[in-house]
Amino acid sequence: MLISLDWLSDYVDCPLSPERIAEGLTMAGLEVESVSLRHPQLKNVVTARIEAVEPHPNADRLKICLVRTGGPDDGELRRIVCGAPNARAGAVSPLALPGAELPGGIVREAKVRGEMSGGMLCSQKELGLGEDHGGIWILPENTPAGVPLDEALGLKDILMEIGITPNRGDCLSFMGIAREVAALGRTSARYPASVVPETGPAVESLTSVTLDDPQGCPRYAARVIRSVKIGPSPNWLKNRVESVGVRSINNIVDVTNFVMMELGQPLHAFDFNRLRDRRIVVRKAAAGERFTTLDSVERELDEGTVLICDGVGPVAIGGVMGGLNSEISPETCDVLLESAYFDPVSIRRTGRKLGLKTEAGFRFERGTDPAGVLRALDRAAGLMLEVGGGQVATGRIDVCPNPIDPAVIDLRVDRVNSLLGIHLSDDQAAEILERLEMRVEKLQPHRLRVTVPGFRSDITREVDLAEELARISGYDGIPVTSPAAEAHAADCDPRQMVRAQLKELLTGAGFFEVINYSFISSDALRMLGYSEGDGAPVPIRVKNPLSDEQAVMRTTLLPGLLNNARYNIDHRYENFRIFELSKIFLPRKEDLQAEEIHHLVGVMTGKRDPLPLYNDGDVDFYDAKGIVEHICEFLRIEDLRFRAEALPPWLDPSTSASVFVGGERVGELGGVHPQVREAFDLKRPLFAFRLDFDRLFALKGPLPVYRGLPKFPPVPRDLALIADERLPVEEPLDFMRSLKEPLLESIEIFDIFKSEQIGDGKKSIGYRLTYRAADRSLTDEEVNSIHGRLIAQVTARFGVSLR
Amino acid sequence: MKKAVENLLDTACRALSEQGSGPKALEVARVRFLGRKGELAQLFKELGKVSEQERREAGRVLNEAKSRLEALFAEALDKKREIEAAGRESIDVSVPGRRPPAGRLHPITQTAAEICRIFNWLGFETVEGPEIELDYYNFEALNIPKDHPARDMQDTFYISEDVVLRTHTSPLQVRTMEKRKPPVRIIAPGRTYRRDSDVTHTPMFHQVEGLMVGKGISFGDLKGILTSFVHQMFGQTVALRFRPSFFPFTEPSAEVDIECVICRGKGCRVCKSTGWLEILGSGMVDPQVYKYVGYDPEQITGFAFGMGIERIAMLKFGIDDLRLFFENDLRFLRQF
Repeated sequence: MLISLDWLSDYVDCPLSPERIAEGLTMAGLEVESVSLRHPQLKNVVTARIEAVEPHPNADRLKICLVRTGGPDDGELRRIVCGAPNARAGAVSPLALPGAELPGGIVREAKVRGEMSGGMLCSQKELGLGEDHGGIWILPENTPAGVPLDEALGLKDILMEIGITPNRGDCLSFMGIAREVAALGRTSARYPASVVPETGPAVESLTSVTLDDPQGCPRYAARVIRSVKIGPSPNWLKNRVESVGVRSINNIVDVTNFVMMELGQPLHAFDFNRLRDRRIVVRKAAAGERFTTLDSVERELDEGTVLICDGVGPVAIGGVMGGLNSEISPETCDVLLESAYFDPVSIRRTGRKLGLKTEAGFRFERGTDPAGVLRALDRAAGLMLEVGGGQVATGRIDVCPNPIDPAVIDLRVDRVNSLLGIHLSDDQAAEILERLEMRVEKLQPHRLRVTVPGFRSDITREVDLAEELARISGYDGIPVTSPAAEAHAADCDPRQMVRAQLKELLTGAGFFEVINYSFISSDALRMLGYSEGDGAPVPIRVKNPLSDEQAVMRTTLLPGLLNNARYNIDHRYENFRIFELSKIFLPRKEDLQAEEIHHLVGVMTGKRDPLPLYNDGDVDFYDAKGIVEHICEFLRIEDLRFRAEALPPWLDPSTSASVFVGGERVGELGGVHPQVREAFDLKRPLFAFRLDFDRLFALKGPLPVYRGLPKFPPVPRDLALIADERLPVEEPLDFMRSLKEPLLESIEIFDIFKSEQIGDGKKSIGYRLTYRAADRSLTDEEVNSIHGRLIAQVTARFGVSLR
Repeated sequence: MKKAVENLLDTACRALSEQGSGPKALEVARVRFLGRKGELAQLFKELGKVSEQERREAGRVLNEAKSRLEALFAEALDKKREIEAAGRESIDVSVPGRRPPAGRLHPITQTAAEICRIFNWLGFETVEGPEIELDYYNFEALNIPKDHPARDMQDTFYISEDVVLRTHTSPLQVRTMEKRKPPVRIIAPGRTYRRDSDVTHTPMFHQVEGLMVGKGISFGDLKGILTSFVHQMFGQTVALRFRPSFFPFTEPSAEVDIECVICRGKGCRVCKSTGWLEILGSGMVDPQVYKYVGYDPEQITGFAFGMGIERIAMLKFGIDDLRLFFENDLRFLRQF
């Protein structure tokens, strides 16, 4: 809401500076977002009298004006180069002094074709005050010279932009803001006079109002003004509406806008003679009824809409917009002026259905003052008379079948004090509320009966009054206290904790955490190689996405990370590891909400060590696998298996595996499929892993139980097998473990290699077996015999030989 | 003989461990035990005096002792050389070290964790809830009926007529109170969504919601808790102010501003020359919300608050563009 301080001063006296007013309003809940000059471009623009005009020595079309910016004897003459044909001695014109910031640029002292010019005489257009650019702006002759132009023109004004919260519809007017300023300044606001000289026949003999929808329109009032003369608004009116950014249209329309700004009551003026039967009927629209609004758009209405009709059909959508068929035109002679109260919910519904946002609708849906309907009607009728002539018919029509009573609230002062943590006395509370134009009656100690004025439709309960008391007495005055609550340790969901630990673990392994939007492109799954009907979950669709790129809720984190990878590679950041541990959204059969589960996806690419000095090659499958093993080890997950089966389409099957825990598939990892890389425009190989966090959490090992440390030394023995190169190294290892030799403590693989010596299609696998007894030092003989037995069994089982 | 060998080994070991640091000490000891006329050689000489039967065994013992002694001296010599070498040859310490790879948590995660940590200290429990949320929890039960202008405050993504992407973390207030009896003290971080995208808005962002309800909790307590939080988060000397505002689910409502952390309240571009930065919305829980969750508003009072994590992170780290958070540019992420 834009407020002109000059206009505001019509309704309240406020000796404070604009900054102090802004501060006061902000601290009372009306946030002043900016304070600015109405015409900042007029700074350094003054009125100047042209004393003489001389030809320019170097240019035929230019002149040199000698101008005075002070009294006749005051100051020296300035030389201004000017090209305007109408520059003449004796004229008073706006002069932009050096430093003025005009819409076209900053004015500077400069040489024009060899002659110094100490400023610029301006046209209306150059000042941003109008369209006229025929020459310099010649001001009225009696305009004094040397006065700031905005003062001379009555344009000196300061504008405040105020953010009005949805509950404060009453502040969408100058009167509303004036009331707040008055309450803060302990003074009172002045309402404008609304006495209407009436002449001629009674209004009832001219027209009638039938109210068939008292729910949608609880109150409808009207006056008839006859023989008005439609024309441009007088300057004061034009200036007022334009000061807050409203275009001046004609005197009658400007009055309705002016009064809406002034009092917050939207009004509508109909061309009385274009109302068929010259009467008004307020009813609900029929479903599918069509109507063309002022903006020339034909609209289809529904049953909820309040329609203003004449004797035949609709002439306005109540509270939202008038119709083309009854609009004020230059030929309008008689006017029917409407001032009504509409139901906020109905207005909002209509506005939303029709996609129509109007100043009137904005106010009605926030609640206008049902008791203020007549004041605005009379105020506007009086002004129309003033600016359009004519006669106001005697009396007014006011249809209000069910009286709208103001809210009456019993206030327990002690209760409010304890809610706020303050100590207001009954008198203090009453005084504050009375400043807000409430009527207060003292019932008994700590109990006040408060009658709320009609414009404060937001106040219906004791707690609403509590807010008013806090707001006006100032939040600053409420003492800071510590809650007297019993001590209790905050619980913590172990899942949150483990997620946080895993994130730390991954950063420790060189991964950067990324955060991507929860929505992905509707195309993303196809880009990952999924096709419809292959069993992949169908993502939940957003009904009103901002773009196709954000059309569906992600069922996989992968597209986000692949896009991040591309972005970074494109920015020449080529060696990195990133992860996201966050939610995916799976459709649920039973309702429209989602199964929201946490996934962990990591992507790694480029050099294993980004430092070229220690570069030991590019990351590969085993780096990704190592991370998965690392995570599972941290979670004390046992029976972890990697098998190249059940792979999703985005993985390259030759370098990928699924992750199993105790036979349950919990994720996958490997090289990103070249086709998927192509789809995501990724120019480098990438390795990725995905883990279902919620499953991993469920499979997490229990708290460990301490086992005594070994007292006797380990005995290591190595074993090197020459095997078929396709034999998984894990198989002999698993087999040896399965023999359950009690003294065999652990087996590790320590090297794998191929060589000519070993032969084609073969590899050597080195296993280190560690033996230990809990109760004694093992002898060589003992170990040799067990080890020998193992060797015999493993070579027989796999048909391999020893190296 | 065996005894004599053992004695010799013992003495040699002791001599080695006790030897002085003199340059010659080790050589002296070697000559004493392993020299041609050394103690071991003396024992070998006595081999001839041993009976035939025992000679074999005694020879083996002596030979073992010899190699053992040789090994001991070789080891001692190595150690001595190593000690002598120390400080003689040196490496280039300016060569970059072999660093274990190190990543970073996203600044949003770091900020959310810090906010939660502070409130955990203050006794607030962290809870979470669905992001695809029912209209009922996101709006209705928070006193934002359909066709209420307050819905204009939040542009909403819809999944269906009654299901939305939550526009704030406030549904957790209702969900938690529905499940628990008062007193309730929770903090709820998470992703939120609004249909808005420009320089200062992203369609997804993060919030932290807080709620404290019970008997006798006042607006003064709201100021107390939030003042503690701001002081922990931004420093003990940062000024803050509470300013009336409007949220449908709190009454009275307050916006919390802190003294601009960039210009220290003098006025700058970030605070739009006001010296203040808005960081929190808060208020006393509206009685209407208690009715939805079955609490008695005459018995129970309390407050709720919510803040944007991005906003706090931007202030903490001096980040000037919201969109950076979701570009995931590593040149950005590695700075935190």
